[in-house]
Amino acid sequence: MFEKALVGSRKYWLWLAFLALLIFIGFLAFLAQLQYGLGITGMNRDVSWGFYVAQFTFLVGVAASGVMVVLPYYLHNHKVFGPVTVFGEFLAIAAVIMCLLFIIVDIGQTHRLFNVLLHPTPHSMLFYDMIVLNGYLALNVICGWAALHGEYKGTKYPKWVVPFIYLSIPWAFSIHTVTAFLYAGLPGRHFWLTAIMAPRFLASAFCSGPALLLIALLIAQKVSRFRVEPKAIDTLSKIITYALLTNIFFFGCELFTAFYSNIPGHKASLIYLFKGLEGHQEWVIFMWTAWLLMLGAALMLVIPPLRKNINTLVLACVMLFIGAWIDKGIGLLMGGFTPTPFETITPYRPTVPELLISLGIWAAGFFIMTVLFKIAVSVKEARAA
Amino acid sequence: MDRRKFLKLAGLSVTLAGGVPGFLNREVKARAYTPPPGALTARRWGLAIDVRKCWEEPNCNECIKACHHLHNVPDIPDKKREVKWIWKDEFEHVFPDKPNEFNNIIFTHKPFLLLCNHCEHPPCVRVCPTQATFKREDGIVMMDYHRCIGCRFCMAACPFGARSFNWVDPRPYIKDPNPKFPTRMKGVVEKCLFCYERLEKGKIPACVEACKKKALIFGDLEDEHSEIVRVLKSRFSIRRKSELGTGPSVFYLL
Repeated sequence: MFEKALVGSRKYWLWLAFLALLIFIGFLAFLAQLQYGLGITGMNRDVSWGFYVAQFTFLVGVAASGVMVVLPYYLHNHKVFGPVTVFGEFLAIAAVIMCLLFIIVDIGQTHRLFNVLLHPTPHSMLFYDMIVLNGYLALNVICGWAALHGEYKGTKYPKWVVPFIYLSIPWAFSIHTVTAFLYAGLPGRHFWLTAIMAPRFLASAFCSGPALLLIALLIAQKVSRFRVEPKAIDTLSKIITYALLTNIFFFGCELFTAFYSNIPGHKASLIYLFKGLEGHQEWVIFMWTAWLLMLGAALMLVIPPLRKNINTLVLACVMLFIGAWIDKGIGLLMGGFTPTPFETITPYRPTVPELLISLGIWAAGFFIMTVLFKIAVSVKEARAA
Repeated sequence: MDRRKFLKLAGLSVTLAGGVPGFLNREVKARAYTPPPGALTARRWGLAIDVRKCWEEPNCNECIKACHHLHNVPDIPDKKREVKWIWKDEFEHVFPDKPNEFNNIIFTHKPFLLLCNHCEHPPCVRVCPTQATFKREDGIVMMDYHRCIGCRFCMAACPFGARSFNWVDPRPYIKDPNPKFPTRMKGVVEKCLFCYERLEKGKIPACVEACKKKALIFGDLEDEHSEIVRVLKSRFSIRRKSELGTGPSVFYLL
């Protein structure tokens, strides 16, 4: 089945070559980081996690969102999702691999990574994160590949894969819950110390992930003879709409608790992010951009003609994806670390090598996603023909 | 013996051969650490800082100098990348919950010493994925620099900002290295360890020894007759962010 990835148009190869170039540049920057240390990034004593962990957190959400097409198909027999589930699973594979790469580049002693396995520590949330992320990767490789291989052979997915599919559904929720628990259980970080951290994570994941999937499906449709049923797009857009509204609602809950209770520690991070604190306004423009994009997208999505129009739907998806990316990525991290435990503000700005490494990892993710989507599309084309 | 029986027996032997040593290893691991003869021991080490005595010498940094020299703490000029085990800061940063607005005025420009609180329930230990940071039976929150993967989860978890990360190779920034204490490499987290290496030799921590005003009182918080317990019973003291439930073992006598 993999041979399908090895034949493609000129455009396909050019796109892969472009991604490979970005991966190569990112890899060189990573070598420089290995040599010099994490001091090559903008991270510092007070903001000790930055762009890498932000990308990691956001991408766990994208990975988890594969379940939004898997669940309706396998649990509710929503037939129009049948042909797209494999894309949800393949998107999850690419996203989880990006997550793992972002963790690898973030740790200070890269070659000691396997200490996490050598000294398993059940009281650390990172221990569970390792299990759920790698487990989720394996589940999606198994389910996605087996289902597609069935289609390739002209049969239904094999029976043995069914338990794995059912397991993958709660597992998807678990990866983002555990990732939220990395943050939500830390004393003294008021911005993160919230019981709706995991629900918020899931809500933003279930709008941004399917938005990316929807765009990817439409691109696949444009460059091949593969067709997504309009009904599938319609259901997916409704899922995105509800998840986005939930995400906005949850954020409103956070605002209420912080500002009605009037507790300084709970307000400070939000004020820093949206208004600026003590003359520091590093992220104000980003946060307003994020939320205006998400609110704008929500408005477009709840108006049926705009949601049903493919152009406005894509625009809304792009908007909310960027919005959620800023909000749950860098916004979450900066809000958690600001103010510092000394109630001071230490600004953080990612450096060029840090951004190049991140870009390289995103490129690696898109590379994997392109190859996997290419295989899936080719198999489906061959079936249709 | 037929093939089937042989395979069964072989499988069983392999399982036992693999399992038994594994089980024994676990037993060995569980053995507690025994301090050498002459070592200072306690059930829970703690430190009380008599801030008024400390203020008598506002420009004195002897404790910081002694600690940082002894432990090869690098002197990195970039504030954002610095490594520190013990340092001074102002009241409003040390106690940011500000009991009332006048405190800031009373304590303006009065230094408070900061170091790892060696918490009773250390969040850094809870989150560490490799047990590179762990709590000893005597309450000292330790670091294993050879096991730390540099994930910095402990830094996010510590509500006291007590932990420093080696963003770059620290060795060029150590002016006068002390060959008796290891230096660190880039990519690991470090902090005050309550001079575990001195306690082992029967010596009190370097900062306590270096203080000319005897403002630092080090001792066993669970020994009723220790000096630290007597002082804490007789004088008003506060701890940093005690509401978070981490149980700091560093007290500030006011």
